[in-house]
Amino acid sequence: MSESITAAAGPSGAPMMEPKHADKRDKPRSLAGDAWVDLRRNKIFWFAATLVVLILAMAVFPKLFTSADPRDCILARQHGGASGSALFGYDFQGCDVYARTIYGARASIEVGVLATLLSGIIGLLFGLATGYFGGWIDAVLSRFIDIILGIPFLLAAIVLAKRFSSDSNSNGVVAVTITLGILGWTTAARIMRSSVISAKNQDYVAAARMLGAGPGRLMLRHILPNSIASFIVVLTILLGANIASEATLSFLGIGLKGDAISWGIAISDAGSYVRVAPAPLIWPSVFLAATVLAFIMLGDAVRDAFDPKLR
Amino acid sequence: MTDIKAKIDVLPGLDPRAPLLEVNDLHVEFRTQYGISRAVNGANFTLAPGETLAILGESGCGKSVTAQAIMGILDSPPGFITKGEVKYRGVDLLKLPEKERRKVRANQIAMIFQDALSALNPVFTVGYQLAELFRVHRGMSRGDAKKRSIELLDQVKIPAARARIGDYPHQFSGGMRQRVMIAMALALDPEVLIADEPTTALDVTVQAQIMGLLAELQQQRNMGLILITHDMGVVADVADRISVMYAGKVVEEAGVYDIYARPAHPYAKALLESIPRLDMKGQQLNVIKGLPPALTAIPQGCAFNPRCAYAQDVCRQDPAPPSYIVAPGRTSRCHFWRDVVGE
Amino acid sequence: MFRYIVRRLLQMVLTFFGATFFVYALMFANQDDPIQALAGERPITESVRQALTERYHLDDPFLLQYWYYMKGMLTGDFGTSLTGRKISDMMEVAWPVTIKLGLIAIVIAAAVAVTSGVIAGIRRGSIFDNVTLVITLIILSLPIVVLAPLAQLIFGIKLGWFPPTAGATPTFWALLLPALVLGSLVIATELRVTRSSVAENLRSDYVRTARAKGLSRKRVIGVHVLRNSLIPVVTLIGVDIGGLMSGAIVTERIFNVPGVGFNLFRGIRTEDGPLVVGFVSILVIVFLVVNLLVDLLYAALDPRIRYE
Repeated sequence: MSESITAAAGPSGAPMMEPKHADKRDKPRSLAGDAWVDLRRNKIFWFAATLVVLILAMAVFPKLFTSADPRDCILARQHGGASGSALFGYDFQGCDVYARTIYGARASIEVGVLATLLSGIIGLLFGLATGYFGGWIDAVLSRFIDIILGIPFLLAAIVLAKRFSSDSNSNGVVAVTITLGILGWTTAARIMRSSVISAKNQDYVAAARMLGAGPGRLMLRHILPNSIASFIVVLTILLGANIASEATLSFLGIGLKGDAISWGIAISDAGSYVRVAPAPLIWPSVFLAATVLAFIMLGDAVRDAFDPKLR
Repeated sequence: MTDIKAKIDVLPGLDPRAPLLEVNDLHVEFRTQYGISRAVNGANFTLAPGETLAILGESGCGKSVTAQAIMGILDSPPGFITKGEVKYRGVDLLKLPEKERRKVRANQIAMIFQDALSALNPVFTVGYQLAELFRVHRGMSRGDAKKRSIELLDQVKIPAARARIGDYPHQFSGGMRQRVMIAMALALDPEVLIADEPTTALDVTVQAQIMGLLAELQQQRNMGLILITHDMGVVADVADRISVMYAGKVVEEAGVYDIYARPAHPYAKALLESIPRLDMKGQQLNVIKGLPPALTAIPQGCAFNPRCAYAQDVCRQDPAPPSYIVAPGRTSRCHFWRDVVGE
Repeated sequence: MFRYIVRRLLQMVLTFFGATFFVYALMFANQDDPIQALAGERPITESVRQALTERYHLDDPFLLQYWYYMKGMLTGDFGTSLTGRKISDMMEVAWPVTIKLGLIAIVIAAAVAVTSGVIAGIRRGSIFDNVTLVITLIILSLPIVVLAPLAQLIFGIKLGWFPPTAGATPTFWALLLPALVLGSLVIATELRVTRSSVAENLRSDYVRTARAKGLSRKRVIGVHVLRNSLIPVVTLIGVDIGGLMSGAIVTERIFNVPGVGFNLFRGIRTEDGPLVVGFVSILVIVFLVVNLLVDLLYAALDPRIRYE
């Protein structure tokens, strides 16, 4: 056909196909098992996973990567060039850029992971409650989500972070974590809600209910295991987003502060001297982008493995 | 309707005395990542003006793909026509350049689809979708096209056509939507109409109305109608001739009375025996055992042999049975058609 | 249509009051010393303290305070910054710049995203498709705090293609690079949505009907498929505006564009509470209004919504 409108096979008129992997399915496998088989063959997954492990190692054991002290700053070395001891040179305060970049991973991961956990817990409870009980609980809580989504994320974060940072005198980790945690749960809650609603209508859940299973048991044993995959995927991607948001807030001066070492602060500080010394800007930027990329790719790969339809 | 039938430029090689539509040895395959799926493996039939040919078969037997290949709207890739001819009045449509081919669609050969709700574009009014035909093919002005569209809706008996022209497909009932589809197919006075399961998505009472309307319009216009269906009941009422398809092949072609009285292919016979009838009350219904073959792995020899009561060794080996002439205008692809008919 | 508009308006009113209340409550409620919080670290003279107390009606009960604040908002009185300038005056100067920047960003982003999205959707699995997928993945994972300074460094300073900073009265040329950076925030999602939406629509039955009608491929895609595919893309614009506002704060700061984001950034950095509250509130309102407009546009594009 010369008029070829490309489309995948399987329109209503197309013939029936053999199911995928029909030959390999000699023994029954669980969804998770299938997903793992898919993931193991996915190069992107391995690439992302390696990056994530590397970054986690940086955050937990920075000394493995550098012996320099990131707080050892000597003004005399201001904007000093790269050398064997300082791979990326020195910044405007004479600090070792490489060491500060390595140590910066900790703040990002700390805030990112904690905020994501917080969002996950809130989202889980919200999603379960709205999805399972429905009715007015669902209506009220869903309106509440609408209100939160009615404020652009960064604006809400600015207000919240300002509010929390004026209460505490620390370096801001707690304030930023709570801010991102409180704002990030809406997608997770919506995913959870729709999974719960579709799971609730499944025959086996209805059967369990008829056999007298209470709401707690139903959620724990029947609904949760079926919804958890997409939930985790959303959280993985959120983790990447949180790390980016932390850097943005720090860049604006309402995130981490004081003597905290953070990629966002480094980027903000280096911006003013970019004409003389681009290295202090470039390296934290590269690390930050790589970290966000790693989590987004990891989330994408896991989602594709669990739900090939979404590809 | 008696306007200058602006059948644009005449197709090269057009022969008014040649059969209206002739399909010879048509082969279609789908090339997918899981292998080649042979959807149509030698479909043959002819259609005369005013005649109704029913193509009958289970889902997945290649009847819709055949229709799409005739129309030239196969999704390609993955679908490819590998062999055969589709002749309209002696012109092989498969050899026409795309631009000419496009003019044949809707002008000479038109098509009605199964589910009118999804087959109509949801974001345009039915008026727009009808008028589009006149504007693109006939170069009419907006106003003229609209007037013609209203006439058409009147012809397919949609009440208050003038008012409904600005409505969207989802505002019509199922039956009315299928009438819109019919109006759209008939807009440019085609000589061949292909109806792909036109009533499957409708209620039984509405089905009868739609079939009645189709028959009436066909008679008025002396159109050739290809009716694709799996519903033996519909076929018996309206068809003149029947082509039974199995695994991409026409296994039997015959007049409607002949086939109902004495089928000449075991598959056609089995299909007929699987219809519940009143006089069979209390008896067990005959079902065809087994499943149709996957089109990626069609059995050697006769494709029906694993499910066939008449099958012998010769049926399990290539070559597949040829098209035996049972009577003038009647064929069967069964080595043992005499046994099947004779019973 | 009418019922749809009424329902959306009611929803918006609720969200509007909820969101502004949220912002206001966070700024003022439950603070040990809201005035100190407004003024940040700087010392406050008694007269400033008094002015602020009066301005925000801090002696009144909280709900009444909120009422006065809303009344100010709705009558165009957004207060005065700690530097003594009226916030409405600052807005008057800042908005035209930001709107210009935003429009350039949206137009470029939409043009690129829709064109490439349609091509990628038609040729799924092609080289073009795969390349755009990789590029969008990279753009998606580049936070604006990375993208903006790097773009400035590479295209503004090293290559010198664009002016690295915009200056007080920016020209179109000076705004182009920041607009490209800003637009990249939304280009990736818009492109991906267009792509999947086109791919999905190409498979739908009405495309087969359109081809059976003897329409040209150009008309099938350009009229039938495109019109359907743009519906989800349009709904994205509403979300995108929020992203653009956030992005504008960082972008305008880095490229020195004297717009709304730049003022807000300065407000945050100098701990100018009244300025931050005023600007944030306005941005929230703009966001809500734009979202309402997008919903109406959505209804105009999709008759199934309109006649619900």
